[in-house]
Amino acid sequence: MNKTPKPGGRAGSIPLMDGRVAEPTVFELSVPGRTAASFRTTGIPLKDPSITIPAPLLRERDVEMPEISERDMVAHFTRLTHRQFSVDLGAYPLGSCTMKYNPKFADVAATMPGLTDVHPNQPESTIQGWLELMVTLETYFNEITGMAAATLQPAAGAQGELTGLLIMKAYHSDLGRQRKNVIIPDSAHGTNPASVTLSGFNPITVKSGSNGLVDLEALKSLLDDDTAGIMLTNPNTLGLFEKDILEISRAVHDVGGLLYYDGANLNAIMGIVRPGDMGFDIVHSNLHKTFATPHGGGGPGSGPVAVSQRLAEFLPGPKPSKVGTNHDGSIKYGFINPPKSIGRIHSFHGNAMVFARALAYMKYYGGKGLTEVSQTAVLNANWLRRKISASYPAAHDATCMHEFVASASQLKRETGIRGIDVAKKLLEFGFHAPTVYFPLVVEEALMFEPTETESLQTLQALAGALESIAQLSRTQDGQNEVHQAPTQTPVTRLDETRAARTLIPTYDVSEAMSTD
Amino acid sequence: MTGFIPHTSGEIMEMLDFLGLSSIEDLFEEIPTSIRLAKGGLNLPEGISEPDVLDTIELYASRNLPISRDLVCFAGGGAYDHDISSATAALSSRSEFTTAYTPYQPEVAQGVLQALFEYQTLVSRLSGLPIANASLYDGASALVEAINLCVAQKKNQTVWMSQGINPSFRAVVNTFSSGTNHEIIEIALAKGVTDWASAPERVPGVIVVGYPNYLGIIEDLASITEFALQNDVRIVIVYDPVSVALLKSPGSLGADVAVAEGQAFGVGLNFGGPYVGLFSTRNEYVRLLPGRLVGETVDSMGHKGYVTTLRTREQDIRREKASSNVCTNQTLIAITAAIQMSWLGKSGLKELATRCYSGTEYLKKQLMESGSAFYPVFGAPTLREFAIKTPIPAEDLVDRMLEEGFLAGIPIRNGFEGSDAEGSLLISVTEKRTAKEIEAFVDALQRVVK
Repeated sequence: MNKTPKPGGRAGSIPLMDGRVAEPTVFELSVPGRTAASFRTTGIPLKDPSITIPAPLLRERDVEMPEISERDMVAHFTRLTHRQFSVDLGAYPLGSCTMKYNPKFADVAATMPGLTDVHPNQPESTIQGWLELMVTLETYFNEITGMAAATLQPAAGAQGELTGLLIMKAYHSDLGRQRKNVIIPDSAHGTNPASVTLSGFNPITVKSGSNGLVDLEALKSLLDDDTAGIMLTNPNTLGLFEKDILEISRAVHDVGGLLYYDGANLNAIMGIVRPGDMGFDIVHSNLHKTFATPHGGGGPGSGPVAVSQRLAEFLPGPKPSKVGTNHDGSIKYGFINPPKSIGRIHSFHGNAMVFARALAYMKYYGGKGLTEVSQTAVLNANWLRRKISASYPAAHDATCMHEFVASASQLKRETGIRGIDVAKKLLEFGFHAPTVYFPLVVEEALMFEPTETESLQTLQALAGALESIAQLSRTQDGQNEVHQAPTQTPVTRLDETRAARTLIPTYDVSEAMSTD
Repeated sequence: MTGFIPHTSGEIMEMLDFLGLSSIEDLFEEIPTSIRLAKGGLNLPEGISEPDVLDTIELYASRNLPISRDLVCFAGGGAYDHDISSATAALSSRSEFTTAYTPYQPEVAQGVLQALFEYQTLVSRLSGLPIANASLYDGASALVEAINLCVAQKKNQTVWMSQGINPSFRAVVNTFSSGTNHEIIEIALAKGVTDWASAPERVPGVIVVGYPNYLGIIEDLASITEFALQNDVRIVIVYDPVSVALLKSPGSLGADVAVAEGQAFGVGLNFGGPYVGLFSTRNEYVRLLPGRLVGETVDSMGHKGYVTTLRTREQDIRREKASSNVCTNQTLIAITAAIQMSWLGKSGLKELATRCYSGTEYLKKQLMESGSAFYPVFGAPTLREFAIKTPIPAEDLVDRMLEEGFLAGIPIRNGFEGSDAEGSLLISVTEKRTAKEIEAFVDALQRVVK
């Protein structure tokens, strides 16, 4: 279907070489008749499917998969990796994402055949190691969060949120209450209100006060018999600790509501304070953030949910548990279904290989080490916040936790250079950009999360780059340069409006629209 | 320094000094002292070294019976024992793919974005539908999102779901429906195929069918898709992505949304995850598409490039009005699947499916010829999986077969209570199984029930 195949051996798309040629798609590298596939010898004769499958059910034309040699395919995807930034290449201070270095031993742990080559439906007697690993991870997670029991099924934070909210719903239903409202701060992650709606509750927004924290009086005025609960991130998305948390939790509990902890920011508080001790009833965490399981360019993640004792009976099942003792005295593991379980969340048991990575990480650090992780993450964030404050003042001039939100609004006012321009220019200095324009409550937000794995020298260089951008912005030539950035990357600024207006979601549409 | 924290104690002092603090604890003064953990901190074991960590994890691993060492796998049910190409394994573990975040800065994320664009194209071609998203968590979550899309589009919350859908997927659908309040009506199987005649009178908004169904049977969907068309009902087809190399595509059968578990393409069994949910739909539903979508565009120099697009659908902008809360998906697994599909290629994908089919038929033949007490429960056509009647309870049979070195299959029990399939054993044969293994399997079956 492709007219003139492109040369698979030309490496013009990578910065090491010319770097300016677009990387052809795998479809453009295809030549009819080629294949890379290789099958084992089985001694089974191939049978024509039409012998037993009625003709009307069979397709008439083969699926148009690529037709590419293994050599060209490996070159193609390797070249794509040369067009991709990652933590393994350098600092990635993307706020709210906790892009810390992922230790390589976790990769080894996650490729052990005794873990990978296990079918999810194997009998319990053959998966004792997996069950023990999961029960152990749950124990660690419960201790870190200060909760009583947890499910590991949710595949990501957002699925964890939905799981936690369904538990909240089941709890109220069990008490015979039809509570409708879940309160969310205006600075919350976008997934929070979406999850609230999908769990059948109404999201009610509570405004932040001028100090960036939940306005306690405003919150109290929203609480009533219809309050199912509140979803909070603490530290919040501004990187600030909600210091009135005990009053908040008392007020919510007083009306019979529950507190949900969005654990996206858990990297700030491990070993320092626990959500359970703050009064939270439900906690999710993103193992791919805090516990250094690589994020894979947008997944797989893992979003376990831990709950207080009174909610344990609602957790999803089947749930790995200790179920007895073997003849030799060792512990026997199996699956149980909590008595009032909300049901199953995942096709199988969750993103199991992520569990192995996270547990490896937790075991490596231990309790004291995890505390140092959080302490250093907070130290790094505060150092950077203070260091860049002259040009990029933090939205709230207070000690932050593991991240902070600086603002480019002063720069914009003085020079016309916006947050997005700063982010793009930073790429040319060899650093990934911060999160821009989130949270929505801060104008020209630049959200930095350096994490504990970046050294003082890296932070100094990052601060230096940011200051250079501020200086550049003060001259006309410099402003032009910043507006055009990045120019050294595999592509320059992309036309996002065009992408949305003239949607090209597949190569087939691309090809149909191409003029050559 | 500890572990992956590079700071020397001198540097920590220097940084604290810069902040005007005397100790690192001073950073946490905002936290009420009444809830701060005591100096002892977390009640967890002391940290251990890297080799000790690996020994510990290896100990867990050693307590499993993996199919690569101890058991020959005849289990499927949505998770299949396929070969993974060395090229797929090598490319998908490159750290530029594994240690990137969601592509928020497209100028430095063209690798992930283009790989996802290619993945979307492959899923679109496989399913016969023009729009594919950049992946969802797993087959079950893809199904939940498919139902949500159809309900939102049709504004009718009644869903007929065939019992031929993987029982775990059905369970997940039911869990999430407690939040969305969809009315899920399960339509029973009879003789292995969905008994649509048993459905209620009232026309639903959405119909969900399996293709092939969980019992491996290729149901003829002509009448139900015709019914859907006549009554303006949305139809979701849950397909096996290997089988559709031989079967008509869900799109050509009239699916509004097609979803699948994509584990078969280059992803290990991994005790059930991470896998990847394939999701595709018609052009007209693109604004209701869950998850991320990558689109092609140009940069300021006119060069081709890729971005995540139609972001206004997503929850970070639409917040409570979004029809899905998905942001992190399964990008790495989607890329892995795209690489394995590319490696298989046009002829290889067909050969893979044909080999699975041929192995399955070979096993059926061996069972018949052995004159044994094991025989397919239903006569309907299958492709890579089928259910057999067993002379002893299926669970006991599976246990006895472990001793013989086989993972014999999956007992059909939960989600099939009272059906004519209940108590049978679901068996799958992939391209990895040899004639010798199949013959030994049939011999062992006879032996363990003697």
